[in-house]
Parts: sequence; structure tokens; C-alpha cells
Amino acid sequence: MAFAYTPGLRVAKATVVRKERRLPLKGEVSVSMGDRVSADTVVAKTDLPGNVRMLNVSKIIGLPPGDIPELLLKEPGDRIEEREPIARSKGFLGLFKNTARSPIEGVFEDYNEITGQSVLREPPIPVDVDAYVSGKVVEILEDEGVVVKTFGTFVQGIFGIGGETRGELKLVVDGPEEELTADHLDETCRGKVVVGGCFVSQDTLHRAVELGVSAVVVGGFDDKDLKDFLGYELGVAITGHEEKGIILMLTEGFGRMNMARATFDLLAEREGLLASVNGATQIRAGVMRPEVVVPLEEERAPAPSERERPESGAMDVSSRIRVIRAPYFGRLGKVVSLPPELQELESESKVRVLKVEFDDGEKATVPRANVELIEE
Amino acid sequence: MAGMEIKRILATDCGSTTTKAILIEKVDGEYRLIRRGEAPTTVEAPAEDVTKGVLNAVGEIEDLENRYLLGEDRDSVHVSSDGSGGVDLYVSTSSAGGGLQMTVAGVVKTMTAESAQRAALGAGAIVMDVVASNDGRLPHEKVASIRKFRPDMILLSGGVDGGTTEHVVELAEVIKAADPKPRFGVGYKLPVIYAGNVDARDAVRDELAENMELKVVENLRPVLESENLGPARDTIHELFMEHVMAQAPGYPKLMSWTGHYDEGDWSQVPIMPTPGAVGKLIETVAHKESIEVMGVDIGGATTDVFSVFENLSGNKVFNRTVSANLGMSYSVSNVFASAGIENVMRWVPFDMEESDLRNRIRNKMIRPTTIPQTLRELIIEQAIAREALRLALRQHGDLARGLKGVAQERTISDAFEQTQTGATLVDMMSLNLLIGSGGTLSHAPRRAQAAQMLIDAFLPEGVTMLAVDSIFMMPQLGVLSEVQEDAATEVFDKDCLIRLGTCIAPAGSAKKLKGPMARVELEMPDGQGERLEIDYGEIRVVPLEVGKKARATISPAKSMDVGAGQGDTWTGTLEGGVVGLIFDGRGRPFHLPEDDGERVAKLQEWAESLQSYPEKYVTMGGE
Repeated sequence: MAFAYTPGLRVAKATVVRKERRLPLKGEVSVSMGDRVSADTVVAKTDLPGNVRMLNVSKIIGLPPGDIPELLLKEPGDRIEEREPIARSKGFLGLFKNTARSPIEGVFEDYNEITGQSVLREPPIPVDVDAYVSGKVVEILEDEGVVVKTFGTFVQGIFGIGGETRGELKLVVDGPEEELTADHLDETCRGKVVVGGCFVSQDTLHRAVELGVSAVVVGGFDDKDLKDFLGYELGVAITGHEEKGIILMLTEGFGRMNMARATFDLLAEREGLLASVNGATQIRAGVMRPEVVVPLEEERAPAPSERERPESGAMDVSSRIRVIRAPYFGRLGKVVSLPPELQELESESKVRVLKVEFDDGEKATVPRANVELIEE
Repeated sequence: MAGMEIKRILATDCGSTTTKAILIEKVDGEYRLIRRGEAPTTVEAPAEDVTKGVLNAVGEIEDLENRYLLGEDRDSVHVSSDGSGGVDLYVSTSSAGGGLQMTVAGVVKTMTAESAQRAALGAGAIVMDVVASNDGRLPHEKVASIRKFRPDMILLSGGVDGGTTEHVVELAEVIKAADPKPRFGVGYKLPVIYAGNVDARDAVRDELAENMELKVVENLRPVLESENLGPARDTIHELFMEHVMAQAPGYPKLMSWTGHYDEGDWSQVPIMPTPGAVGKLIETVAHKESIEVMGVDIGGATTDVFSVFENLSGNKVFNRTVSANLGMSYSVSNVFASAGIENVMRWVPFDMEESDLRNRIRNKMIRPTTIPQTLRELIIEQAIAREALRLALRQHGDLARGLKGVAQERTISDAFEQTQTGATLVDMMSLNLLIGSGGTLSHAPRRAQAAQMLIDAFLPEGVTMLAVDSIFMMPQLGVLSEVQEDAATEVFDKDCLIRLGTCIAPAGSAKKLKGPMARVELEMPDGQGERLEIDYGEIRVVPLEVGKKARATISPAKSMDVGAGQGDTWTGTLEGGVVGLIFDGRGRPFHLPEDDGERVAKLQEWAESLQSYPEKYVTMGGE
């Protein structure tokens, strides 16, 4: 059997993309089946219950918890204003009254006769979910959200930071091997999704934030710069909530790494179109990779040249691959053979390998676990 | 178990990435491992049905063994009622979908909240947050935290029986206000277990019964002096099955497959959380052999440590901790961040630019399935593993403690040797058996590397047997031990555990040492005598095969202890292994030389003694 299954990132010129847009809690869906939506259309909304504040009424009044109910001025469910009295003691001869006042505006929810605490809730927090990509509503998830279908270019990255954004694609370098530097950036980049080449430094990224760039898409980034840029060490690979004023997506990995030619050329081809970008990455229990989605004008069947390579596919002799671990990290080549028997590596591990011929003609043996398929 | 004799057993472990199946069979009167198969776990899209992965893993065994284990329709495991085909018993564990995630709550952080944490961890859960009345957070911050973590289950404890009820009701209020929603399944209520002061039960019911799936069990800390974790732990398992698992894709089907026929009647065997099953096995071994045992499982995302140590009253106490962010792939960057570059690089005999090292580690994180091709990469990975193990052990020591707040009676003689309440139970001197498991240890190219990683990270003292789980089947054997203990222990002993050898490490101050740390007299199995001296700073290995034993008399220097007490002679039997008898004279406490040249020379010397790396290792310092 001269093939093997290996993971790869999706890079599709024209494909159908379905995006589930779901509320964190049940709420109201504000579009209908079949509706055309743009990226910023609100498709569902809800109110998250407000934060809770506990108020020890018994302590403030200075009486045992069991004596408080008759002194309460509010019923469960009543609206309360900030500083409004919730309970008041009878005092002595009408004097020396103690009053418990609400520290917040909201609703009086409950009082507990054992703990002497009342539960106060702040006003609800409205949450809107937008469509993220322009397209058509193809499924309604009752009270929870919708599925939006679009047709367009889809490029997955390997790692990103920040959540969702959108902007026009703008190419600022001449090729995938060129570093994105501050010199490439100016006022025309404001609100754009800027595509660079092999690398971006932390300083350049700061400059991009100053200029109001929506997102930066490059091949590689230094881990040390990531730490400095975030202001902390990222422990596990779960991102998406960073609020750094910009979304960063790496297509290849950490270090200086040329963006894959196919990815670069595809993004160049789509320059000027509106792209939706999500930097969220999660490499555990349900892998999530960052992505760029560029919806295209009309839906049509992809031309043969536009067909994507499968997400994880059969690797065969002559498949194009990229090595993803030292000592050949980042090198591109073609599978020459897939020997079935286990082979011993320099590390003395015995594993399944493949033989590869790199683009400069050099040949090498690498573990099958250390390559990924690429589309070119 | 009465009824039909169980001859063929199938056991699966549905891990977060891989589903592993093992087939066990009774051959010539003893249970042995016959075959192992594996396939990717299928909890997430596109399959979204855990049984697909199970069928694929079992299918691999079918292909390799050329026999049928699945039913005729090929979509279930065939458990036979009369021993005619398929298997006689099927059991399974699961940690897929992120395992069991819990939040625990208790009144005092270091007392009931800590006991609740031990109960949850012992049941195999990942504890996302520990909420306590005195944890320093305001009530609304506690509410926000419960909401943020979205636990699968909450364990609420607090107060000894008959004590104050106010604080525990306050915690119930916080849980009610948070109204957390389960991760799986929109339409079901979140399970909450109440295991606190009996007097507060009604008040807790008033708060929680309406909106939560409330289960009330015995208090896990009925009096200050003792814990009663069993009922809470059992209820966690029960609710894990009934509520959490039942919501995960494909599990209702899988749950209907696990079991056996008992005199014609179907008897179901519940699915256990993977770490809960491993813990069960470690406990079984410790009790059966009457020894102190520690097990460690270093995975991609987490590192679990299990231990059974004796407490001050002489009772064996089981503890488990999970270091949720110490692992070799998904969490590898966190190990690096927690340990610091100096601690990782101290195990490496060559220099590296920090930025290069950082990028390599980060690239491993984002592409977690890659493996080291070069020796350099292997050495770096094993250096990180040592630090992950060391940090996980430290966390374990912090939680595996005696009970705090317990008044102790002391005599005047105790005043000189006081053992504080709440002191750690982890005692590396009294530890008898240390078992390593997980890819980095089980699949190290040379077994001596696994031995060295375990010794460097855990620093066992005195006489300790080292072993690794050959193919990581402890979870399956753990759940099997619930129904067929003899089968589980036989396979564990013969096929699962690979004995690396015995480590002998004198502990004590080496400052005033004149001469060797210890003198050793061995009587080898062939009757030959052998004498050796353990000098400070060296490792010596005496080959002794698996299953072979040598009588030993070890006389330590005055300031040294090998298990019999400072300066006292230890006599006993040392067991061999694939590496042999490892005499570790590097000292406890252990220090690596600060001078780089000396450090590298020592690393190379030790690697040579243990034959742990190829010859190239000794020239790497100059690269």
C-alpha cells in the first residue's frame, strides 16, 4: 500500500464554506431561512443575565438573618436603582434606623434567611452575533443561531491570535519570501487585511496596530516576539480572546518561514476583495485553525484547477509535501517512495517513513508524522 | 463473578485523540494480552460518534488475528452469552471530548475545599476551579468563574456534620446565581453533588433542587479528623455515566455494549473516566502487594500523577493529581514557561540560541503529532519531559497531604521530631514502585532513557523499583479490575509492566563525606558475590535481568540513608530489569554542576554508565 493519510491545512481557491453562528445562550434569531446576509448583518441576539452582587443585609441592619424578611422593602423580581433602600430597621423610637441600600442598578432577586444575604442582579448584557461572512442563511438553529453558506476562497493558517475581523485584502510585498516591514505600511492599510511574506517582527506589528490595520497574514513570527506582543507567555494553544487591536494569522509556523507559494498567489489573486478573518486557534479536543474567507460574487461549481486538496488525504508517490519538523523544517518537495516497513531514525526511534526529493534535488528520508500535504 | 467463565475479554480506551483496543484471552490457565489495535477517536465532526473509532480499533485486531469480534452486522461488539463467539466481556474507559471537567466548592480552602478537590481528582476529573468561602474572591467573581469554566459537574462540600450551615448555603447561593450551562446538550440540568454538613441538606435543596440535577450524598469530611471520599467519588462516576457521557456523541450506544452475560442475563459494566481507571489499578496493585506505589502518565496535554502512600496513622491513602497544563505537545510551551529555559537546558549537553529553542518548542505545540527525527531533537524533548514530570510531582506533593486542621496528640519525644498536620504524604524514601507511562516514557527509543527520565525528575531515594507501562494499557486494565480482578492483575504483571530495574540512591548530606556514599555486597542469582562502592557524583549499573533477584547488603556512610535509617545497613532483595540495578550516587538533594563544562561532562558520564544514548551523544557538546 503506497499511500498514507496525513493532515494538511485547507487552501481552496473556490469552495463552499458553511459557518455556524451560535449564541452563547438561547435567544432570538433575527433572520429567516434563505435570507441573503452581509458580513455585518446581525443574525441572532440575546441578553446574557447580568452579573450578580451579594449584599449581606443582615449584617448591615445588625439583626439576625431570620428577622430580616419583615424589614425588606423589595419583593423578588422588583427593579432597584443604585443607592435605593432594600431593607430598613425599625430603629429605636423611630430613631437610629439602619438602611441597606443597593450598590447597583438592576433587579432584587432573592433573600436567604440562613445566610442573611440578598442576591441582586445587574441589568442584562445584550449580545449580538453577526453573519461573519456574506452569504445565504441555509439553516436556522432554533433560538440559538443560524448557518450561513457562502462560496469563496478559503485559506487555513497554522496559528493565530485575536478573534474575528474583516477588511479588504491588500498585498504589500513582492513575494512569499519577503519580510513584511514597517516600510510596507502606510495610511492606505487602515482597515485592511494585509498580506506579507515570510515574517513579521513585533515592531512592525505594533506599527500596523497604530495604523489601524485589521489583520496581518504572514508565513512566520518569532515566539519571543509573541510573548512581548501579548505581554505574557502563551501556555497552551488556545487563542481567540486576545484584544491587541489586530488579528495575526501565521500560515506556516514560528520562525522565519516563506509563505507557501500557492497560498501567497491565491491571496494575491483575491486582492481588493472583502475578506473575513478569524485568528482563533485551538489545538485540542476539536482542532480549530485560523482562517481567511473571501466570499466570491456568485456561486458556481469550482473549475478543475480550483479544486482543493482534501483536508487530510491520501499521500501518494509524487504528492507535494512540506516537512514540518527539524532537520528539514519548512522544506518543500515531492514524495519519491513510501516504504512500508519501519525504519530507524537518527534518534533510534523505529517509525514509518517516506523518501522525499526536495525542490533543489536533494533527497532525504523523513518520518511520515513529520510532513503535511500541500496544494500547489 | 458467578456463572460462565470469562475467557475472552475486549477492553477499549477512548482517548482524546486515539481509541485503543486490547484483546485478552485465557491461555493455559492464565490471562494474557493477545493483540492491540488502535484508530483515531471519532467524537468530533465529521463522524461525531465515538463507536466508529471503537469499531475501527477492534476491526484492526480482527484483521491481525483473523477472527470475528464484531457482530454480524459489523456495527457493534459481539458479547456472547455462551462463549460461542465474539468475546465474553467488553469494558471501556473514556477521556474523549476533554474528559470530565469539574468545579468543586468547599467552605475552607485548605480543608473541605481541598477534600472535595481530592475526591474529584480521585474520580478522574479535571478540576477547573476550586471555589471556597475564604478564597479571597467576591461572590460575583465566584459566579463569573463558575460561568466561565462551564463545568460538566459541580461538587459542593463544606462544614463538618453538625457544624455551621451558613457558609455552605452561601456557596449554594453562588452556584444558583451562576446557573451554569453544561458543555454538551442544551436541554438538560447540570449535575451538582452535595457532600457537606448533613444539617444543611434541606437548605441546599431549597437553593438548588429546582434548577440543577442535585444529588445528596454522605459528607466527605464528616469530622475534621477524617475524610470519607468514597460516596462522593462513586456518585461522580455514576453521574458521569448518566449525564455527561449520555450527552456525548455515540456514548449511549457504547454504554449499551459494555458488559457481559451472567447466567443468561445481561449485566452492564459502566464506562469509567480514563484517569479514574488508572487510579483504580494503582490502588489495586498497592493493596495487593502491600507496597507504596506511584504512577505517572505524561500525555500531550496533561500529566497525571497517582500515588498510594501510608499516612501517619498507618493507613494507605490514594491520591491523584492532574497537572492540566503540563504535557508534551499541546501544553509543551507551558512546561517551558513554567520551568524556565535554564531548567530545561541544564539537561542538554549542547548550547542553543533561546529564540531557536523557543520557536522549535512552539512549532511542536502547533503541530503536536510530529516526532523527533534527530538525536538533538530527542534530547531536547526528553529534557522538557524531565521538567514536566518534576513540576507535576511538585503539584502532586502539594495536594497529597494529610488532613489540615487536625489536632494531634504529642508526647515530649515528638517535640523533637514534629510532623506537621497537612504535611505531604509523598515520601520518596519509602516509595517501593515507580511506574511511568505515556508516549515519552513508553516509546523512548532506549528503555534506559525512560529510567533516566524517571530518576532525574522524581529523584527516588533509597531502594525503588522502576517500571514503564509497555503500551499504555493501564486504563483498560483498571476498568477490567472492577469486574475481573485476576485477569487485570495477571495481564498487568506479565504484559503491561516492563521492569526497568531497581534504583538505589543514598540520600543525605554529602558535605562531610570522606570516602564512598555506600558499600554494597551483592549475592547474584548464580551464587557469585560482587562488591562495589557508590562514589559521590557517579551512576553505576550492574546488569541483572528481568525476573532475577540479588541479595544485597548496603552499608551507607554515616550521613547517608538508603532506607534503613541514617548510617544504618540495609539488607534485602533487589530485583532486576531491562536496564539492571542502577546505583545512583548523585546525591539527594541532587545538584548539577554549575560550571557548563563540568555539567556537560557529568551528563555524558551518566549517559555512558546507563548506555542511554548512542555514542554520538558524547561528542555533542562540541557541536
